[in-house]
Amino acid sequence: MSAETVEQVVDKKPSEAFLSKRRKKLVTDPLVDDNPITIQVLGICSALAVTTQMKPTLVMAISVIFVIVMSNFVISLMRNTIPSRVRIIVQLAVVATLVTLVSEVLKAFAYDMYKELSVFIGLIITNCIVMGRLEAFALGNKPYDSILDGFGSALGYSWIILAVAFFRELWGSGSLFGIPIFDYVSGIFGEDFQLATNGLMVSPVGAFIILGLIIWVQRTKTGYVEH
Amino acid sequence: MDLFNLAIRSIFIDNMVFAYFLGMCSFLAVSKKVGTALGLGAAVIFVLTVTTPVNWLLNEYVLKEGALTWASAELATIDLTFLRFIMFIAIIAAMVQLVEMVVEKFAPALYGALGIFLPLIAVNCAILGGSLFMAQRDYTLAESAVYGFGSGTGFFLAIVALAAIREKLKYSAVPNGLKGLGITMLLTGLMGIAFMSFMGIDL
Repeated sequence: MSAETVEQVVDKKPSEAFLSKRRKKLVTDPLVDDNPITIQVLGICSALAVTTQMKPTLVMAISVIFVIVMSNFVISLMRNTIPSRVRIIVQLAVVATLVTLVSEVLKAFAYDMYKELSVFIGLIITNCIVMGRLEAFALGNKPYDSILDGFGSALGYSWIILAVAFFRELWGSGSLFGIPIFDYVSGIFGEDFQLATNGLMVSPVGAFIILGLIIWVQRTKTGYVEH
Repeated sequence: MDLFNLAIRSIFIDNMVFAYFLGMCSFLAVSKKVGTALGLGAAVIFVLTVTTPVNWLLNEYVLKEGALTWASAELATIDLTFLRFIMFIAIIAAMVQLVEMVVEKFAPALYGALGIFLPLIAVNCAILGGSLFMAQRDYTLAESAVYGFGSGTGFFLAIVALAAIREKLKYSAVPNGLKGLGITMLLTGLMGIAFMSFMGIDL
Protein backbone atom coordinates (compact mmCIF):
# COMPACT_ATOMS: atom_id res chain seq x y z
CA MET A 1 0.00 0.00 0.00
CA SER A 2 2.70 2.43 1.05
CA ALA A 3 4.96 1.35 -1.81
CA GLU A 4 2.23 2.34 -4.22
CA THR A 5 1.92 5.80 -2.77
CA VAL A 6 5.65 6.34 -2.96
CA GLU A 7 5.74 5.25 -6.56
CA GLN A 8 2.99 7.67 -7.46
CA VAL A 9 4.96 10.54 -5.99
CA VAL A 10 8.07 9.54 -7.91
CA ASP A 11 6.02 9.13 -11.09
CA LYS A 12 4.66 12.63 -10.92
CA LYS A 13 6.00 14.48 -13.92
CA PRO A 14 6.67 18.21 -14.05
CA SER A 15 3.53 19.86 -15.38
CA GLU A 16 3.19 19.67 -19.13
CA ALA A 17 3.42 22.65 -21.44
CA PHE A 18 0.07 24.25 -22.24
CA LEU A 19 0.37 23.14 -25.86
CA SER A 20 2.96 20.38 -25.81
CA LYS A 21 3.69 18.19 -28.82
CA ARG A 22 1.47 15.40 -27.52
CA ARG A 23 -1.42 17.78 -26.99
CA LYS A 24 -1.05 19.30 -30.45
CA LYS A 25 -1.26 15.76 -31.80
CA LEU A 26 -4.58 15.30 -30.00
CA VAL A 27 -6.02 18.14 -32.05
CA THR A 28 -4.33 17.53 -35.39
CA ASP A 29 -4.58 13.74 -35.62
CA PRO A 30 -8.35 13.58 -36.16
CA LEU A 31 -8.16 16.21 -38.90
CA VAL A 32 -6.63 13.95 -41.53
CA ASP A 33 -4.86 10.78 -40.40
CA ASP A 34 -7.53 9.60 -38.00
CA ASN A 35 -10.55 11.49 -39.29
CA PRO A 36 -13.76 10.46 -37.49
CA ILE A 37 -15.81 10.29 -40.68
CA THR A 38 -13.49 9.03 -43.39
CA ILE A 39 -11.30 6.70 -41.32
CA GLN A 40 -13.27 5.75 -38.21
CA VAL A 41 -16.68 5.70 -39.97
CA LEU A 42 -18.50 7.54 -37.19
CA GLY A 43 -21.13 10.26 -37.19
CA ILE A 44 -22.22 9.77 -40.77
CA CYS A 45 -25.95 9.97 -40.01
CA SER A 46 -26.10 13.69 -39.39
CA ALA A 47 -23.15 14.40 -41.67
CA LEU A 48 -25.27 13.81 -44.74
CA ALA A 49 -28.71 15.03 -43.82
CA VAL A 50 -27.93 18.71 -43.32
CA THR A 51 -25.39 19.20 -46.09
CA THR A 52 -27.61 20.46 -48.92
CA GLN A 53 -26.69 24.07 -48.03
CA MET A 54 -23.60 25.64 -46.47
CA LYS A 55 -25.42 27.71 -43.84
CA PRO A 56 -27.24 24.94 -41.93
CA THR A 57 -24.09 22.85 -42.22
CA LEU A 58 -22.06 25.56 -40.53
CA VAL A 59 -24.61 25.84 -37.72
CA MET A 60 -24.58 22.07 -37.36
CA ALA A 61 -20.76 22.03 -37.25
CA ILE A 62 -20.66 24.70 -34.53
CA SER A 63 -23.32 22.87 -32.49
CA VAL A 64 -21.42 19.60 -32.75
CA ILE A 65 -18.14 21.26 -31.74
CA PHE A 66 -19.87 22.73 -28.68
CA VAL A 67 -21.53 19.45 -27.68
CA ILE A 68 -18.44 17.28 -28.12
CA VAL A 69 -16.07 19.65 -26.30
CA MET A 70 -18.45 20.28 -23.40
CA SER A 71 -19.51 16.65 -22.97
CA ASN A 72 -15.90 15.49 -23.09
CA PHE A 73 -15.07 18.06 -20.42
CA VAL A 74 -18.00 17.18 -18.15
CA ILE A 75 -17.56 13.41 -18.44
CA SER A 76 -13.83 13.76 -17.88
CA LEU A 77 -14.49 15.68 -14.66
CA MET A 78 -16.83 12.93 -13.48
CA ARG A 79 -14.76 10.01 -14.79
CA ASN A 80 -13.71 8.71 -11.38
CA THR A 81 -17.21 8.79 -9.89
CA ILE A 82 -19.19 7.10 -12.68
CA PRO A 83 -19.76 3.37 -12.05
CA SER A 84 -18.97 1.58 -15.30
CA ARG A 85 -22.28 -0.32 -15.39
CA VAL A 86 -24.37 2.81 -15.77
CA ARG A 87 -21.90 4.90 -17.74
CA ILE A 88 -23.89 4.79 -21.00
CA ILE A 89 -26.95 6.27 -19.30
CA VAL A 90 -24.84 8.94 -17.59
CA GLN A 91 -23.20 9.85 -20.88
CA LEU A 92 -26.54 10.00 -22.67
CA ALA A 93 -27.96 12.24 -19.94
CA VAL A 94 -25.04 14.67 -20.17
CA VAL A 95 -25.12 14.76 -23.97
CA ALA A 96 -28.91 15.11 -24.09
CA THR A 97 -28.75 18.04 -21.66
CA LEU A 98 -26.16 19.83 -23.80
CA VAL A 99 -28.14 19.19 -26.97
CA THR A 100 -31.30 20.51 -25.33
CA LEU A 101 -29.31 23.64 -24.49
CA VAL A 102 -28.20 24.05 -28.11
CA SER A 103 -31.70 23.46 -29.39
CA GLU A 104 -33.25 26.01 -26.99
CA VAL A 105 -30.62 28.62 -27.90
CA LEU A 106 -31.29 28.09 -31.60
CA LYS A 107 -35.02 28.27 -31.01
CA ALA A 108 -34.60 31.60 -29.25
CA PHE A 109 -32.05 33.32 -31.50
CA ALA A 110 -32.27 31.62 -34.92
CA TYR A 111 -35.76 30.24 -35.29
CA ASP A 112 -35.55 29.79 -39.09
CA MET A 113 -32.41 27.73 -38.70
CA TYR A 114 -34.08 25.71 -35.94
CA LYS A 115 -37.00 24.92 -38.27
CA GLU A 116 -34.66 23.99 -41.09
CA LEU A 117 -32.49 21.63 -39.04
CA SER A 118 -35.62 20.21 -37.35
CA VAL A 119 -34.93 16.80 -35.85
CA PHE A 120 -31.27 16.75 -36.80
CA ILE A 121 -30.25 18.98 -33.89
CA GLY A 122 -31.85 16.42 -31.57
CA LEU A 123 -30.01 13.69 -33.39
CA ILE A 124 -26.63 15.07 -32.26
CA ILE A 125 -27.39 13.01 -29.13
CA THR A 126 -27.00 9.86 -31.17
CA ASN A 127 -24.03 11.12 -33.15
CA CYS A 128 -21.58 8.26 -32.78
CA ILE A 129 -18.59 10.63 -32.61
CA VAL A 130 -19.84 12.10 -29.34
CA MET A 131 -20.33 8.74 -27.67
CA GLY A 132 -17.19 7.39 -29.28
CA ARG A 133 -14.98 10.15 -27.84
CA LEU A 134 -16.60 9.85 -24.41
CA GLU A 135 -16.03 6.10 -24.32
CA ALA A 136 -12.59 6.08 -25.86
CA PHE A 137 -11.04 9.19 -24.37
CA ALA A 138 -12.91 11.24 -21.78
CA LEU A 139 -13.46 8.28 -19.44
CA GLY A 140 -9.72 7.82 -19.00
CA ASN A 141 -8.12 11.23 -19.39
CA LYS A 142 -7.80 14.58 -17.67
CA PRO A 143 -10.26 17.40 -18.45
CA TYR A 144 -7.92 19.64 -20.44
CA ASP A 145 -6.70 16.81 -22.67
CA SER A 146 -10.29 15.72 -23.18
CA ILE A 147 -11.27 19.20 -24.32
CA LEU A 148 -8.45 19.20 -26.89
CA ASP A 149 -9.33 15.69 -28.05
CA GLY A 150 -13.01 16.59 -28.45
CA PHE A 151 -12.11 19.78 -30.28
CA GLY A 152 -9.87 17.89 -32.72
CA SER A 153 -12.48 15.25 -33.51
CA ALA A 154 -15.19 17.85 -33.91
CA LEU A 155 -12.99 19.85 -36.31
CA GLY A 156 -12.28 16.71 -38.31
CA TYR A 157 -16.02 16.14 -38.56
CA SER A 158 -16.71 19.78 -39.41
CA TRP A 159 -14.37 20.13 -42.34
CA ILE A 160 -15.68 16.98 -43.96
CA ILE A 161 -19.34 18.04 -43.72
CA LEU A 162 -18.45 21.54 -44.92
CA ALA A 163 -16.62 20.04 -47.89
CA VAL A 164 -19.63 17.87 -48.73
CA ALA A 165 -21.95 20.86 -48.38
CA PHE A 166 -19.67 23.00 -50.57
CA PHE A 167 -19.97 20.64 -53.53
CA ARG A 168 -23.64 19.86 -52.95
CA GLU A 169 -24.69 23.49 -52.77
CA LEU A 170 -22.44 24.60 -55.62
CA TRP A 171 -23.50 21.89 -58.05
CA GLY A 172 -27.00 21.35 -56.74
CA SER A 173 -28.23 24.93 -56.32
CA GLY A 174 -25.45 26.87 -58.06
CA SER A 175 -24.77 28.97 -54.96
CA LEU A 176 -22.64 29.19 -51.81
CA PHE A 177 -24.05 30.43 -48.50
CA GLY A 178 -27.08 31.46 -50.56
CA ILE A 179 -24.99 33.66 -52.91
CA PRO A 180 -25.85 32.68 -56.50
CA ILE A 181 -22.37 31.90 -57.88
CA PHE A 182 -23.63 30.37 -61.13
CA ASP A 183 -25.63 33.51 -61.94
CA TYR A 184 -22.52 35.69 -61.50
CA VAL A 185 -20.54 33.40 -63.76
CA SER A 186 -23.10 33.60 -66.54
CA GLY A 187 -23.26 37.37 -65.91
CA ILE A 188 -19.54 37.63 -66.65
CA PHE A 189 -19.52 35.46 -69.77
CA GLY A 190 -22.81 36.69 -71.21
CA GLU A 191 -26.30 35.23 -71.41
CA ASP A 192 -25.37 32.31 -73.66
CA PHE A 193 -23.05 30.88 -71.04
CA GLN A 194 -25.35 29.07 -68.63
CA LEU A 195 -24.16 26.63 -65.98
CA ALA A 196 -26.69 23.88 -65.32
CA THR A 197 -27.44 22.72 -61.77
CA ASN A 198 -27.72 19.05 -61.00
CA GLY A 199 -30.86 18.01 -59.12
CA LEU A 200 -29.21 14.79 -58.00
CA MET A 201 -26.85 16.77 -55.74
CA VAL A 202 -29.77 18.16 -53.74
CA SER A 203 -31.27 14.69 -53.25
CA PRO A 204 -29.83 12.28 -50.66
CA VAL A 205 -28.13 10.29 -53.41
CA GLY A 206 -25.79 13.20 -54.15
CA ALA A 207 -24.59 13.22 -50.55
CA PHE A 208 -23.64 9.54 -50.63
CA ILE A 209 -21.74 9.89 -53.89
CA ILE A 210 -19.91 13.10 -52.90
CA LEU A 211 -18.91 11.63 -49.54
CA GLY A 212 -17.83 8.39 -51.24
CA LEU A 213 -15.58 10.36 -53.58
CA ILE A 214 -14.15 12.53 -50.77
CA ILE A 215 -13.32 9.36 -48.85
CA TRP A 216 -11.63 7.93 -51.93
CA VAL A 217 -9.45 11.01 -52.42
CA GLN A 218 -8.67 11.32 -48.72
CA ARG A 219 -7.77 7.66 -48.25
CA THR A 220 -5.64 7.60 -51.37
CA LYS A 221 -3.68 10.55 -49.97
CA THR A 222 -3.18 9.08 -46.51
CA GLY A 223 -2.61 5.61 -47.92
CA TYR A 224 -5.13 4.05 -45.55
CA VAL A 225 -6.54 0.72 -46.79
CA GLU A 226 -9.48 -1.02 -45.15
CA HIS A 227 -9.54 -4.81 -45.12
CA MET B 1 -56.35 2.05 -45.35
CA ASP B 2 -54.54 5.20 -44.23
CA LEU B 3 -52.42 3.10 -41.91
CA PHE B 4 -51.51 0.79 -44.76
CA ASN B 5 -50.48 3.80 -46.84
CA LEU B 6 -48.37 5.09 -43.98
CA ALA B 7 -46.64 1.72 -43.67
CA ILE B 8 -45.80 1.57 -47.39
CA ARG B 9 -44.68 5.18 -47.30
CA SER B 10 -42.35 4.70 -44.36
CA ILE B 11 -40.86 1.47 -45.74
CA PHE B 12 -40.15 2.58 -49.29
CA ILE B 13 -40.62 6.28 -49.96
CA ASP B 14 -39.49 7.87 -46.68
CA ASN B 15 -36.94 5.14 -46.11
CA MET B 16 -34.92 5.81 -42.95
CA VAL B 17 -31.61 5.17 -44.65
CA PHE B 18 -32.05 6.52 -48.16
CA ALA B 19 -34.25 9.54 -47.52
CA TYR B 20 -33.12 10.69 -44.06
CA PHE B 21 -29.65 9.10 -43.61
CA LEU B 22 -30.67 7.74 -40.21
CA GLY B 23 -28.91 4.78 -38.63
CA MET B 24 -25.98 5.11 -41.01
CA CYS B 25 -23.34 4.14 -38.44
CA SER B 26 -24.65 0.65 -37.81
CA PHE B 27 -25.86 0.45 -41.41
CA LEU B 28 -22.26 0.72 -42.58
CA ALA B 29 -20.60 -1.18 -39.75
CA VAL B 30 -22.82 -4.28 -39.51
CA SER B 31 -23.49 -4.84 -43.21
CA LYS B 32 -20.52 -7.10 -43.94
CA LYS B 33 -22.43 -10.37 -43.52
CA VAL B 34 -26.07 -11.10 -44.32
CA GLY B 35 -26.51 -13.13 -41.12
CA THR B 36 -25.56 -10.33 -38.72
CA ALA B 37 -27.43 -7.79 -40.86
CA LEU B 38 -30.60 -9.90 -40.50
CA GLY B 39 -30.14 -9.98 -36.72
CA LEU B 40 -29.53 -6.26 -36.36
CA GLY B 41 -32.36 -5.43 -38.76
CA ALA B 42 -34.78 -7.58 -36.73
CA ALA B 43 -33.61 -5.94 -33.50
CA VAL B 44 -34.15 -2.48 -34.99
CA ILE B 45 -37.67 -3.39 -36.19
CA PHE B 46 -38.52 -4.62 -32.71
CA VAL B 47 -37.03 -1.67 -30.82
CA LEU B 48 -38.61 0.90 -33.15
CA THR B 49 -42.04 -0.76 -33.01
CA VAL B 50 -41.93 -0.70 -29.22
CA THR B 51 -40.29 2.66 -28.53
CA THR B 52 -42.26 4.84 -30.95
CA PRO B 53 -45.71 4.18 -29.38
CA VAL B 54 -44.24 4.29 -25.85
CA ASN B 55 -42.67 7.64 -26.61
CA TRP B 56 -45.99 8.74 -28.12
CA LEU B 57 -47.72 8.01 -24.81
CA LEU B 58 -44.97 9.87 -22.95
CA ASN B 59 -45.24 12.84 -25.28
CA GLU B 60 -49.04 12.94 -25.23
CA TYR B 61 -49.58 12.54 -21.49
CA VAL B 62 -46.48 14.13 -19.95
CA LEU B 63 -44.44 16.35 -22.25
CA LYS B 64 -46.77 18.23 -24.60
CA GLU B 65 -48.12 21.65 -23.71
CA GLY B 66 -51.15 21.06 -21.48
CA ALA B 67 -50.52 17.32 -21.49
CA LEU B 68 -50.68 17.10 -17.70
CA THR B 69 -54.31 18.25 -17.60
CA TRP B 70 -55.36 14.66 -16.81
CA ALA B 71 -53.48 14.87 -13.49
CA SER B 72 -54.89 18.15 -12.29
CA ALA B 73 -56.37 21.27 -13.87
CA GLU B 74 -53.65 23.43 -12.33
CA LEU B 75 -50.99 21.73 -14.45
CA ALA B 76 -52.72 22.61 -17.73
CA THR B 77 -50.31 25.44 -18.52
CA ILE B 78 -47.12 23.43 -18.07
CA ASP B 79 -45.09 22.79 -21.21
CA LEU B 80 -42.35 20.21 -20.82
CA THR B 81 -41.46 19.94 -24.51
CA PHE B 82 -37.87 20.90 -23.79
CA LEU B 83 -37.43 17.65 -21.85
CA ARG B 84 -38.26 15.66 -24.97
CA PHE B 85 -34.69 14.66 -25.91
CA ILE B 86 -33.76 13.41 -22.45
CA MET B 87 -37.02 11.52 -21.87
CA PHE B 88 -37.05 9.90 -25.32
CA ILE B 89 -33.45 8.75 -25.05
CA ALA B 90 -34.09 7.38 -21.54
CA ILE B 91 -37.03 5.30 -22.79
CA ILE B 92 -34.97 4.06 -25.72
CA ALA B 93 -32.01 3.12 -23.53
CA ALA B 94 -34.30 1.20 -21.17
CA MET B 95 -36.00 -0.63 -24.05
CA VAL B 96 -32.65 -1.56 -25.60
CA GLN B 97 -31.52 -2.96 -22.26
CA LEU B 98 -34.68 -5.09 -22.23
CA VAL B 99 -34.11 -6.37 -25.76
CA GLU B 100 -30.50 -7.14 -24.89
CA MET B 101 -31.56 -9.29 -21.93
CA VAL B 102 -34.21 -11.13 -23.97
CA VAL B 103 -31.80 -11.84 -26.83
CA GLU B 104 -29.06 -12.98 -24.45
CA LYS B 105 -31.50 -15.41 -22.81
CA PHE B 106 -33.23 -16.87 -25.86
CA ALA B 107 -30.73 -16.49 -28.72
CA PRO B 108 -27.17 -16.59 -27.34
CA ALA B 109 -25.70 -17.17 -30.81
CA LEU B 110 -27.31 -14.01 -32.14
CA TYR B 111 -26.21 -12.18 -29.00
CA GLY B 112 -22.61 -13.19 -29.67
CA ALA B 113 -22.86 -12.18 -33.32
CA LEU B 114 -24.37 -8.77 -32.62
CA GLY B 115 -21.80 -8.10 -29.92
CA ILE B 116 -21.24 -4.42 -29.28
CA PHE B 117 -23.91 -3.38 -31.76
CA LEU B 118 -26.84 -4.36 -29.60
CA PRO B 119 -26.14 -1.79 -26.88
CA LEU B 120 -25.25 0.63 -29.65
CA ILE B 121 -28.85 0.46 -30.93
CA ALA B 122 -29.50 2.90 -28.09
CA VAL B 123 -27.43 5.45 -29.97
CA ASN B 124 -28.76 4.41 -33.37
CA CYS B 125 -30.13 7.60 -34.88
CA ALA B 126 -32.92 5.66 -36.59
CA ILE B 127 -34.53 4.88 -33.23
CA LEU B 128 -34.41 8.40 -31.80
CA GLY B 129 -35.18 9.83 -35.25
CA GLY B 130 -38.33 7.70 -35.44
CA SER B 131 -39.56 9.11 -32.15
CA LEU B 132 -38.68 12.71 -33.04
CA PHE B 133 -40.39 12.49 -36.44
CA MET B 134 -43.42 10.95 -34.73
CA ALA B 135 -43.61 13.91 -32.34
CA GLN B 136 -43.03 16.45 -35.10
CA ARG B 137 -45.71 15.04 -37.40
CA ASP B 138 -48.45 14.70 -34.77
CA TYR B 139 -49.24 11.06 -35.40
CA THR B 140 -51.94 9.22 -33.45
CA LEU B 141 -51.07 6.20 -31.31
CA ALA B 142 -51.95 3.69 -34.04
CA GLU B 143 -50.12 5.71 -36.65
CA SER B 144 -47.00 5.96 -34.52
CA ALA B 145 -46.95 2.17 -34.01
CA VAL B 146 -47.35 1.60 -37.75
CA TYR B 147 -44.73 4.26 -38.50
CA GLY B 148 -42.28 2.66 -36.08
CA PHE B 149 -42.80 -0.76 -37.62
CA GLY B 150 -42.64 0.59 -41.17
CA SER B 151 -39.46 2.57 -40.76
CA GLY B 152 -37.86 -0.38 -38.93
CA THR B 153 -38.77 -2.62 -41.86
CA GLY B 154 -37.32 -0.06 -44.26
CA PHE B 155 -34.04 -0.13 -42.35
CA PHE B 156 -34.14 -3.95 -42.29
CA LEU B 157 -34.58 -4.16 -46.07
CA ALA B 158 -31.83 -1.63 -46.70
CA ILE B 159 -29.22 -3.24 -44.45
CA VAL B 160 -29.92 -6.80 -45.66
CA ALA B 161 -29.75 -5.71 -49.31
CA LEU B 162 -26.48 -3.86 -48.72
CA ALA B 163 -25.00 -6.84 -46.87
CA ALA B 164 -25.90 -9.13 -49.76
CA ILE B 165 -24.19 -6.81 -52.23
CA ARG B 166 -21.10 -6.47 -50.04
CA GLU B 167 -20.78 -10.25 -49.75
CA LYS B 168 -20.62 -10.47 -53.55
CA LEU B 169 -18.27 -7.51 -53.67
CA LYS B 170 -15.56 -9.48 -51.89
CA TYR B 171 -14.64 -11.11 -55.20
CA SER B 172 -14.22 -7.92 -57.19
CA ALA B 173 -11.17 -5.71 -57.60
CA VAL B 174 -11.88 -2.42 -55.85
CA PRO B 175 -9.22 0.36 -55.92
CA ASN B 176 -7.34 0.51 -52.61
CA GLY B 177 -8.62 3.90 -51.49
CA LEU B 178 -12.22 2.93 -52.22
CA LYS B 179 -12.12 -0.36 -50.29
CA GLY B 180 -14.54 -0.60 -47.41
CA LEU B 181 -16.29 2.65 -46.61
CA GLY B 182 -15.76 4.43 -49.93
CA ILE B 183 -17.30 1.79 -52.17
CA THR B 184 -20.07 1.25 -49.62
CA MET B 185 -21.04 4.92 -49.79
CA LEU B 186 -21.17 4.81 -53.59
CA LEU B 187 -23.23 1.59 -53.41
CA THR B 188 -25.63 3.21 -50.98
CA GLY B 189 -25.97 6.10 -53.40
CA LEU B 190 -26.86 3.72 -56.22
CA MET B 191 -29.35 1.89 -53.99
CA GLY B 192 -30.80 5.29 -53.12
CA ILE B 193 -31.38 5.95 -56.83
CA ALA B 194 -33.25 2.64 -57.02
CA PHE B 195 -35.38 3.60 -54.02
CA MET B 196 -36.07 7.00 -55.62
CA SER B 197 -38.21 5.21 -58.18
CA PHE B 198 -40.79 4.68 -55.43
CA MET B 199 -41.14 8.44 -55.04
CA GLY B 200 -43.49 8.71 -57.99
CA ILE B 201 -46.03 6.48 -56.26
CA ASP B 202 -48.98 8.57 -55.16
CA LEU B 203 -50.63 7.21 -52.05
